[in-house]
Amino acid sequence: MTEAASAKDAGGRSLDGAAAVARMGALLALTAIVLVPLLATVLGGFKELGELRANPLGLPHVWVWSNYGDILMSSRYWRVLGNSLLIATFTVALTLAASSMAAFTFAHLRFFGDRFLLSYIQLGLLFPAATAFLPLFIKIRDLGLLNSYWGIILPQVAFSLAMGILLLRNAFKELPDELLDAAMMDGCGYFRYFFYITLPLSGPILATVAVISFVGSWNNYLLPLVVLNSESRYPWTLGLMAYQGQYSTSWQLVLAFITLTILPAILMFLLAQRYIVAGLTAGAVKG
Amino acid sequence: MTATPTSFVEPRRRLSLNGWAVILVFLPPAVLLFTVFVAMPMGEASWYSFFNWNGYGRPEKFIGLKNYGYLVGNNAFTRALINNGLIIIASLLVQLPLAMGVALMVAGRVTGAVWFRMIFFLPYVLADVAAGLIWRFMFDGETGIASAAAALIGMPPVFLLASKDWAFSAVIIVILWKYFGFHMMLYIAGLQGIDKSLLEAAEMDGATPVQRFWHITLPLLGPMIRLSIFFSVIGALQLFDVIVPLTGGGPFDTTNTLVSYLYYFGITRMRVGFGSAVGVVLFCICVAFAFGYKRWFMRDD
Repeated sequence: MTEAASAKDAGGRSLDGAAAVARMGALLALTAIVLVPLLATVLGGFKELGELRANPLGLPHVWVWSNYGDILMSSRYWRVLGNSLLIATFTVALTLAASSMAAFTFAHLRFFGDRFLLSYIQLGLLFPAATAFLPLFIKIRDLGLLNSYWGIILPQVAFSLAMGILLLRNAFKELPDELLDAAMMDGCGYFRYFFYITLPLSGPILATVAVISFVGSWNNYLLPLVVLNSESRYPWTLGLMAYQGQYSTSWQLVLAFITLTILPAILMFLLAQRYIVAGLTAGAVKG
Repeated sequence: MTATPTSFVEPRRRLSLNGWAVILVFLPPAVLLFTVFVAMPMGEASWYSFFNWNGYGRPEKFIGLKNYGYLVGNNAFTRALINNGLIIIASLLVQLPLAMGVALMVAGRVTGAVWFRMIFFLPYVLADVAAGLIWRFMFDGETGIASAAAALIGMPPVFLLASKDWAFSAVIIVILWKYFGFHMMLYIAGLQGIDKSLLEAAEMDGATPVQRFWHITLPLLGPMIRLSIFFSVIGALQLFDVIVPLTGGGPFDTTNTLVSYLYYFGITRMRVGFGSAVGVVLFCICVAFAFGYKRWFMRDD
């Protein structure tokens, strides 16, 4: 059914009635599969445990607002979100700064070993961060960064560099050469060219890199899990798991906590949907 | 003025003082960070992997290849390797056709196309831990759909995640739920790049919709398909966050991936040498795959 409907649509023409109905049916079924777990989570947060057991998916008979209320009133909730925001903000800022500067150098300057240095950093694209996690942990410990925000921010930036430099260098190289020639002719040095011409003209690609590194940092779990041990510094991903560990028998509270912690991401996605989708997919395609 | 052609292949400005200043100011932050937090740990991993070391003092107990030897025939590790393979197979056999089919459906002029795309992409934006926890609730024998479904047909509650035989299928369901929207977006991007006049010309020549799909759309989607497969494999190899909230690797270590195996057997027990060896194996698989794949399948892209 799906095959037939999609194959017809590949023709780019409108479908006949039956196929159109089948296609809509398939899409709605898939929508239900995607949304039911999310809706069950949101609604589950409004239930009492007893009702959750008897009626996991339906609307609550009695709306319990206190599950959500208590979490919203707790400092714990705001603290984990604040930590995540702080870590993500610094990660994005430093990723943009370090990778745009390096990308600019690689795009415009030829020097001994430049190719080698570029491929060296591009090596970072080849393997996941997890491969060297134990030595990374030792390194973070020896640098005295264990249990600190920097112990998460700096490695996150380091692991975003390969992708950031690749995307930005390609974009910087696409700016017309005449621009650089003209600027140089007028006595504008590289530094001013970078700040006044390159960066202002590269808004979209900088946004792409920012989106990728922000989402990566916001959702990161493994690195903070290994680096942090005091709960006051936990980002929301760790905070969520800690909360679940503490209230594992009270699913209604856990569900409310999940809902409230994924809410910022969902709101951000709904507001900046176009940029986020474009950023995450264009970044993948170009990278 | 500095624009004198030099002996390089492409005419380039000779490095001025200003150029050197840029190199000295702009490069070190990136190179330093990358070296300290990415390259050095990777190099050290291969060094530590020859030692039995708990992370304190200096690595002194040199044990040669014993850490690697232990992995050969280790049940939990073999299972983790197989699980990674299963994720890849599921991605290729289920996720790829599904994502492409949905992309074809919502790329056309269907009512609500924008909404469908947004909804299908939504799970991808959520953190893996949150998605894992949500599905742990869904699969919970007492509260989730598993129990609702079982009650419907009068069966006792099912605890899917506690079952040795079924827990990993549940993990795969979560992965497909979370990631198919991302691959759908790749195919939508690919479809948008296809020249509509080709399809119209084929239709004019009497090609059926099925023929148009097989002979025009599918071949032209080739680069995106190869990219999508690439991300499926790389994504599978680094999968970790979903496992922790869903099963924690259990029951009986049947649901580990390579990274969660590395975490539970190396990091939590501070077996630095052993964990490093697992990391090196994972690194070799990733690099071999990336190079091999780029060389054999993505040459023309």
